[in-house]
Amino acid sequence: MEANTIIGTVNKKGQKIVEPEYLFFEAPRQQYFMTGSEVVREAIRRASVDISVAYPITPQSEAAAMVGDLYVEGYVGDYFRGESEFAVMSQCAGASFGGARVFTTTSGPGTLRAYENFPMWAGSRLPILINVMVRGINSPLNIQPDTLELGMILDTGMLIWHAETAQELLDYLLKGYIVAEEPDVHLPIAVVIDGFFVSHTKDMVMIPSADLALPPYNPYRSPVPCMDMEVPPVRMMRDPFVMKSNYISYATHASWQQEIRAAIERSRKHTIRLIGGLIEEENSDADILIVSSGTAVAQGREAIRLLAEEGIRVGIVKVKTLRPFPHEEIRQATKNAKLIFVPEFNVVGWMAREIKAVIPDNHRVIEGPHVAGGMTMPPEVIVEEIKKVLAGKKEVVRG
Amino acid sequence: MGKEKIKICDEFYDIMPPEYRELVDSATYGKEGRGWKDVGVAKELIEEHSLCAGCPESIAFRYVLACLPNPEDTVMVGSTGCTSLVFPHVAVHNIHSLFGNQNAVASGLKRALAHRFPGKIKDVVVLAGDGATVDIGLDMTLQSWFRQEKFVTICFDNELYANTGGQESGLMQKGFVSKMAPAGKKFDKVKLPEIAQESGCHYVATLTVSKPNRVEKAIRQAVLIAREVGPTYIQLYTPCILEIGKQAMEGLQEMRDSEGPNERFAFKEYISEEAKAYLASLEKEKKPAAISSTQA
Ligand SMILES: Cc1ncc(C[n+]2csc(CCOP(=O)(O)OP(=O)(O)O)c2C)c(N)n1
Ligand code: SF4
Repeated sequence: MEANTIIGTVNKKGQKIVEPEYLFFEAPRQQYFMTGSEVVREAIRRASVDISVAYPITPQSEAAAMVGDLYVEGYVGDYFRGESEFAVMSQCAGASFGGARVFTTTSGPGTLRAYENFPMWAGSRLPILINVMVRGINSPLNIQPDTLELGMILDTGMLIWHAETAQELLDYLLKGYIVAEEPDVHLPIAVVIDGFFVSHTKDMVMIPSADLALPPYNPYRSPVPCMDMEVPPVRMMRDPFVMKSNYISYATHASWQQEIRAAIERSRKHTIRLIGGLIEEENSDADILIVSSGTAVAQGREAIRLLAEEGIRVGIVKVKTLRPFPHEEIRQATKNAKLIFVPEFNVVGWMAREIKAVIPDNHRVIEGPHVAGGMTMPPEVIVEEIKKVLAGKKEVVRG
Repeated sequence: MGKEKIKICDEFYDIMPPEYRELVDSATYGKEGRGWKDVGVAKELIEEHSLCAGCPESIAFRYVLACLPNPEDTVMVGSTGCTSLVFPHVAVHNIHSLFGNQNAVASGLKRALAHRFPGKIKDVVVLAGDGATVDIGLDMTLQSWFRQEKFVTICFDNELYANTGGQESGLMQKGFVSKMAPAGKKFDKVKLPEIAQESGCHYVATLTVSKPNRVEKAIRQAVLIAREVGPTYIQLYTPCILEIGKQAMEGLQEMRDSEGPNERFAFKEYISEEAKAYLASLEKEKKPAAISSTQA
């Protein structure tokens, strides 16, 4: 199943299999006005997904259900509802071990219920793509967006890309597979959006024709054996890893997790090429910068506009990938800033923590503003925060 | 098929470890009618293991592996527990992911294999302890049966959590005093074989591993029925001699004592009507072949 023999062929649904680069950069696109959930459906329609497992939880239920429609239409190989998110992620693992391209979605409490699986996916080098539509975590019960769950999956060994818009959601879902499945990466990937803000609002999206599809996953390009018993020699381990009985198993245990982290870093070159860099900058020579990810960036941009009206110049750095974390890029982009504001949709400020950890003079970082528990972040809140600090009216919270 | 799966390419033959060469040269892969009698001869059936000396799980493991009708296209799914220490020695592809999620992993795996290789035989066999099957993983065990997933579930029932040092399990006998059941277990042994039958399994068997012929027949039937008809379940008593305080040589007697007609591991077998019809059709297929070969 060499990639070049499959390009140009037609799949069961009559879609033409094209080079990923063609689909991403050259194929003509048409404009649609769609919700984020519908965008997920359109991405998966073109993604040559073999298996998808679903479990309902707001706000991702709608997208998960639409993938079921794609299965009935014949665009997805198999689809079913698992019994809980822990089971769903285990089912996804089984399917991926078996060499399938896998897609699933989850949100908030579901993400946490599934949690034990994420480091296992990474440790097993399973390139599963999960669309996380963040939402608040109980208690109190809350179905509105909150990125607390993201702070919790940062160190599972997965790639994590945070999309701001529906367009990025479409592109990240398709490009995510290509990066995650590279042999020198071969890791699970979470494509994240802020639930409701992106999943349930309509936005203009440019989409290539439904007659085109990504090449299918080739499980034999994997750095670990595919569990289908097809490629001799079958693995005869005869070397109990878990017992660390000899040099090979010892060395494996000692280095495996580092290798996962190294693979995350190796994904940079593919990611930079496909999504155009790990960060985006606007006026980053300004003394005051806003640095954040997801829809907090959109709110930040609006705040910049409001501040500019009052003659206060503020720049913005949008962080597109949380893993790999763009430490060098952020260091460079913030080198001249005197104040760095980090608006976040969570109570703990994990993004500020991440930024503080990678830049010099990190007393420049002002953690906030924070909104949590499913609250919205009006740009005025960011404006107010910046003005308060500038006027010396607010003591800066440090560390 | 058969040995093709494990053949060493000529250029590499002389640099492969002698152990591996021997393994390939004496493999039972592709051998018609491989079974428990190959135990002790064929290397792919575990020479060494890391279980306690005399643990009945070790012989149960060998029987299960020897009786797989199609090892070259079988993937086993395990779980954390004493069994997970054996899987690394096993010469059949196997997955260990987490504690209790084995039937969920197997569901995804079986579907992936069915999707990628339509029309080709690909067997999936789950093998896990009673804690994994009936406690932490019970919802996934049952739901895989409800969904009629086509794979075998084998439970090594040692009536407690052996790997963590003998805690209470759902399959433990009522009244048994164990760690975390300091006043004796309060409820009966969960009737998983009956639940399995009610939940849609097409073949259910309860037995010990004291009689290899019986184990062989059960494993074969379970695999063949799961392949074509639907989910199957086998519960094997593999006593944890360590935790019940037996000597290494006493495991066999413990199993014999527990399989009397009124004991909890009296041999029981359930075969659904659909599965019976399928087994009969296999028999029918065999007979004309036998006649023609004698005529030839
Ligand atoms: C989520 C989780 N909880 C607890 C454990 C600890 N643990 C490892 S093995 C085991 C018990 C295994 O018992 P069983 O499934 O009956 O298998 P056995 O060891 O008896 O063969 C437990 C509780 C774990 N690995 N993961
Ligand atoms: S602890 Fe019990 S079940 Fe586990 S290997 Fe030892 S005897 Fe066997």
